Amino acid sequence: MAVTRGFTGRPRRGGDDRLPPGQYDTGAGWPTLTAELTPQVDVDTWTMTVDGLVDTPTTWDWRGIHALPGSSYFGDIHCVTTWTKFDTTFTGVSVDALLEITGVKPEATHVFATATTGYTTNLPLADVTGGKAWLVWEFDGKPLTPEHGGPVRLLVPHLYFWKSAKWITRLELRDHDEQGFWERNGYHDRGDPWLEQRYQGDA
Amino acid sequence: MTSSPDEVLPEPVASSWTTATVREVEHVGETFVKVRMEVAGRHDHVPGQHYVVRLRAPDDYTAQRSYSIASDPADPLVELMIECLPRGEVSGFLHDVVEVGDELEVRGPIGRWFVWGGTTPSLCVAGGSGVVPFVSMLRYAQRTGTEPLLRIAASAQTRDRLPYADELEAYGAFIALTRENQPQADGSERVAAHIYPDELVPLSEGIERAYVCGSVGFVSFVGRILGEAGVRSDAVRVEQFGPTG
Repeated sequence: MAVTRGFTGRPRRGGDDRLPPGQYDTGAGWPTLTAELTPQVDVDTWTMTVDGLVDTPTTWDWRGIHALPGSSYFGDIHCVTTWTKFDTTFTGVSVDALLEITGVKPEATHVFATATTGYTTNLPLADVTGGKAWLVWEFDGKPLTPEHGGPVRLLVPHLYFWKSAKWITRLELRDHDEQGFWERNGYHDRGDPWLEQRYQGDA
Repeated sequence: MTSSPDEVLPEPVASSWTTATVREVEHVGETFVKVRMEVAGRHDHVPGQHYVVRLRAPDDYTAQRSYSIASDPADPLVELMIECLPRGEVSGFLHDVVEVGDELEVRGPIGRWFVWGGTTPSLCVAGGSGVVPFVSMLRYAQRTGTEPLLRIAASAQTRDRLPYADELEAYGAFIALTRENQPQADGSERVAAHIYPDELVPLSEGIERAYVCGSVGFVSFVGRILGEAGVRSDAVRVEQFGPTG
């Protein structure tokens, strides 16, 4: 489309291939955007369930999930509201580790993530397996705070961050795709920041 | 968050980028600019929805931000009220550079959650520029005669930092200023303070939904008050903004 008269934009580092199109570097900031009030989730009663098309539906409590082999993500995160945060460190457990325990039925193609608040989001199974997704409870070495999804959130850093459901409590494996909260409300089903899949209708 | 989208909402439109021509620009106070634009191939919005504005530099670099719609759906133009943020890449441009006749890339209307369809008894609570989506709702309520279903409370540091203050007051909205005393109709004065629970509780009686729009801290503060007033957390819809420029 046409150039906007008079617009030059922020100074840009040439050849910065870590910033997806339409995103900017938020630096040390970490904006929070939610559609609901931040819940206070008690780790003594919190549980995480993986069920649906798995061999062994499994529920972990706080202690049980910490007993699994730990895993960290070091890298960038991208929000559809156009900020990107470089070089974050999250620690928790990989979704692969959970699925190794539950097993995956061959007909499973998608996952449906649910938060304690009722927030939901849908993802292709391939986007949460193969070292691409985590359940995390630490950010930069400190407990994940409630406004950022603590005590435990999903982390799928190669997709826009609304896919990384805060306050996660359940992953259901399904043989079909069904839209979650933001997806029903106008946002993209997959949300790849490098393809700018922000809203329904984007390629 | 289990409730379904408002019953009167239209089917979601797979919106694509289009061109908006700026028809009016008005600076409001020191920090706001009102931009009214004609949107090519426009789809009607529901009060509470937003548009994305995308600016494009000569080297094809783009920057885009979301802005709530202030206008009634029946308004021939789409009205945005933009707060100019420090070093705001897009808000600064809209504040300092944009003129009548300019063309902007826009996309919308977007969002089917933070919307009011005119049928649910609701309380809207805004902090500062968070009042913008509620102005669309109140204009819609006035046109359709549904004012009894829509109460509005707004808080800002000073009256100058509250866009549409006169319009809100005329509607009967409750206004709290945190850094200015306010003379009241009965000759008394409201001393500068945040919204008190006693001020919000009566407004929350009988409502089925609350909309809260403001900064992260404001939303958290109002959420606690609403909770104490007995409003269920799943009846509260939130739109919060941080320093995203």
